[in-house]
Amino acid sequence: MTTWLINLGGLLLMALIVWWFWLSGRGPAKRAGDAPLDIVVDNGVYEPSVIQARAGQPLTLRFLRRDPSPCAEQVIFHELGVSEFLDTGKATTVTLTPQRPGEYRFTCQMQMYQGTLIVND
Amino acid sequence: MNEQTLPIQGATCQGCARKIRTALLAVPGVSGAEVDLEQQTVTVSGNADGDALREALLESGYGVEALSSSPSPEESVPECHIEAPGPPSQDSGDHHHGGAAGHGGISPGSGEEHLLAITGATCASCVRTIESALSGVTGVRDASMNLADRTARVAGDADTQALIEAVKAAGYGASVIEDEQLADQQRDDQEQAHYRELIRHTVIGLAVGIPLMAWGLAGGTMMVTAGTASQWGWLAVGLVTLGVLAWSGRHFFIGAWKAGRHHNANMDTLIALGTGAAWAYSMVVVLFPDWLPEAARHVYFEASAMIIGLINLGQALEMRARGKTSEAVRRLLDLGARTARVIRDGEERDIPVESVQAGDLLRVRPGEKIAVDGEVEEGESRLDESMLTGEPMPVSKGPGDTVAAGTVNDSGTLIYRATRVGRDTALAQIIALVKKAQGAKPPIGRLADRISAVFVPTILLIAVASALAWYNLGPDPRIVHMMVAATTVLIIACPCALGLATPMSVMVGVGKAAEAGILIRQGEALQTAGDLDTIVLDKTGTITEGHPAVTGVHTIDGESEATLLTLAASLETGSEHPLARAILATAEERGLRTEAVTDFQAHNGKGVSARLNGALLRLGNRRWLDREGVAGGLQEQAEALGRDGATPLFLARDQQLLGVIGVADPIKQDSRAAIQRLHDLGLTVVMITGDVRTSAEAIARQAGVDKVLAEVLPEDKAREVKRLQGEGRKVAMVGDGINDAPALAQADVGFAIGTGTDVAIESAAITLMGGSLHGVADAMAISRATVRNIKQNLFGAFAYNTLGVPVAAGILYPFTGWLLSPVIAGAAMSLSSVTVVTNANRLRLFRPRGASRGNEETRGES
Repeated sequence: MTTWLINLGGLLLMALIVWWFWLSGRGPAKRAGDAPLDIVVDNGVYEPSVIQARAGQPLTLRFLRRDPSPCAEQVIFHELGVSEFLDTGKATTVTLTPQRPGEYRFTCQMQMYQGTLIVND
Repeated sequence: MNEQTLPIQGATCQGCARKIRTALLAVPGVSGAEVDLEQQTVTVSGNADGDALREALLESGYGVEALSSSPSPEESVPECHIEAPGPPSQDSGDHHHGGAAGHGGISPGSGEEHLLAITGATCASCVRTIESALSGVTGVRDASMNLADRTARVAGDADTQALIEAVKAAGYGASVIEDEQLADQQRDDQEQAHYRELIRHTVIGLAVGIPLMAWGLAGGTMMVTAGTASQWGWLAVGLVTLGVLAWSGRHFFIGAWKAGRHHNANMDTLIALGTGAAWAYSMVVVLFPDWLPEAARHVYFEASAMIIGLINLGQALEMRARGKTSEAVRRLLDLGARTARVIRDGEERDIPVESVQAGDLLRVRPGEKIAVDGEVEEGESRLDESMLTGEPMPVSKGPGDTVAAGTVNDSGTLIYRATRVGRDTALAQIIALVKKAQGAKPPIGRLADRISAVFVPTILLIAVASALAWYNLGPDPRIVHMMVAATTVLIIACPCALGLATPMSVMVGVGKAAEAGILIRQGEALQTAGDLDTIVLDKTGTITEGHPAVTGVHTIDGESEATLLTLAASLETGSEHPLARAILATAEERGLRTEAVTDFQAHNGKGVSARLNGALLRLGNRRWLDREGVAGGLQEQAEALGRDGATPLFLARDQQLLGVIGVADPIKQDSRAAIQRLHDLGLTVVMITGDVRTSAEAIARQAGVDKVLAEVLPEDKAREVKRLQGEGRKVAMVGDGINDAPALAQADVGFAIGTGTDVAIESAAITLMGGSLHGVADAMAISRATVRNIKQNLFGAFAYNTLGVPVAAGILYPFTGWLLSPVIAGAAMSLSSVTVVTNANRLRLFRPRGASRGNEETRGES
């Protein structure tokens, strides 16, 4: 009986991990308008970490890095060829104009900080 | 219509008077305003409300406050500080939006100091206007302007954009000065502080962990027996360990929690779960020993504390090592001058380089740095540009020549006019470019990226799975083995090593390239440059100097070279033809004086003729002179010149041949050696040119290329590159970046040979700042070294994880009985990322020309 419970518990835990990190989506997206959007870089997360933008519209993001560890020092927009070094305690403005709709990841150079830029038509 | 006279203060020039008039005329009812600068009064005509006028004056910055105690003279001193009249800083969160809940808004630069460059301020009273305008901005604590520097220093929690708007509204211009060096200093300080914090955490973790471990190793019991003193003792140890987790491991737990809420998992998740599980299990053992079989009543507090200590130590070491990877950028930043000696209103003064404006005249003395990009107005000197171009030889500069910020003046004094300042200078652009390229990902890193993205959740799954495996298959005490295996898997897995493998090497490689005068614009090029097998070199300006010069002079017996050149130069005076310019330049170089000629005639495709002192001079090709009946001779010498790729020009006086001058676009001094290096790297070297075959082949022979594509029209160059690619070759194209832009874009890697400090070559993936072809070979060598380094890192990181995780899960146990201790896992994990960074740092020692043979010319140390 206990054997079954523990095995079931373990499998449920694994299912939970898969569901939570891969299947359950990313939570609500923050829509970027004309004004710059502020993103706080602290404690291993971008806040907000999911950003929505329109294709062909210039997008201004202001990153404020609070985490002094070197992991946070760079933000890279993969596939968009944009990268920027962030200074601690200061806002760093990143301006980009995504042309094609799609999902673009932005991360620190080690990919511990992760965010998604969703570009709609 | 009546008149009112109002007191003003601080108005000292006509500019202020104009501002006051404008301010007052805007008040309803005002028809005129006369400013008396001497009396410091203004007389207003019209039917305007006195209070409205006084207010307008105050707003313009020249008013006298009626209620304030009599204005002390100090108050109008330009540099005086004015208290902010604005309301105490409001919640700046109102101005911004989007900050996450709990964080409020971002207030960039809270408590910071902003430095603004002010334009249009000409007199002391403008200072007052500007200062009060700035003080009126929400959040400003203090604003002071320095007229000499034309800078304004603003302290307080204000938005820079608002500050600029305020100055603009007052009728002046402003821009933010970003002091890169100061920022760098602050960055250093912050890094130092963070480093010390990590070390503190290390000490705390190890101070608790090591004695506990020593106790265990020395045979002390790690078991808990219910109801004895050991239970209380271990409870105390458990609480101390909790303190370590909460203090030194705080950032791991917070990070893990935050990331988890965002459906993310990162390194913090692994460490928090690993150390947390060990601690929680041990606490259960201490509090409820009866729940567990006797053999399983073992505590693992020492593991939690040790792991926290070791991982903090690893991060500290990694940080130290990382600092070195950005050394190249730091060195570039250090090239910039801090102050500049500007000549304004006939006076010279040293001002911060940030406040130099385009159009300023600057003086640079021997040994000093050029502060901004500019054009020489006066003086002759030599500049050491090696830091930008990688070329070791100083370059002569005189009036009209351009100078670049960051280069060092060698001997003379120069006065130059600033053309590009701030972030527009070549140096600033280079730094921006290098920083951008350092963030680039070459394709080789993509696999690691994909793995990194799913790494941590996968490890979590493996940890649970291995725990279950131990439960179902393992020996007793099963619960202990489950806990140890899961914890060890969580701790040993290192996403950092994997994530750092590529970026660290790229940082160092790109920096290394920049030091050699090679700017990499596209991250992919860093990888592709090492895989090339064919290189197409444009002839003019790439292999050759790009401007024709006299390469040989032969005379008939009895005539001197000087006479020949003097006559030829006199003939060609005023001609714009490149061949003519080459002859004139040579004559000038040798100090020959030309004489005035008459009846100058250009014979298209043949040559030129003119009369000098009655004699008819002709300079042109042999065929034309033959037809004109000029006597023959010097045939052999002319053919020799032709073989070397020069155009022979014959000079005749009347019907008498005087000599022949060879004019050619000579190959650069080091082209041959550089091409030899490309051969040594195993490349096929192709020369492409629009020249006729014979002269192209002459140059090709001198340069030592394998293949010549002659008589190619500029627009066909890209097609030739494509044709070579069609043969399955990896082709690089090297050109000046202007005429051959399509070919550069078509090539797998486009190299633009820059002219000194011109960095704005968009068409090429790689810009060579120096004019030498050695840059191509250097770039390839650096590319290969970097890719090799990345491969080592990736291999190391992959191998570490693919071996470490199964061993931690206990895969060796059935065969050898080994089960890894979580503490060893913590140490291994810390070391793995330090190793990657250290290996990347090894690249710093790489010398692109170190291995190549026969380098006559040596390059500076830098």
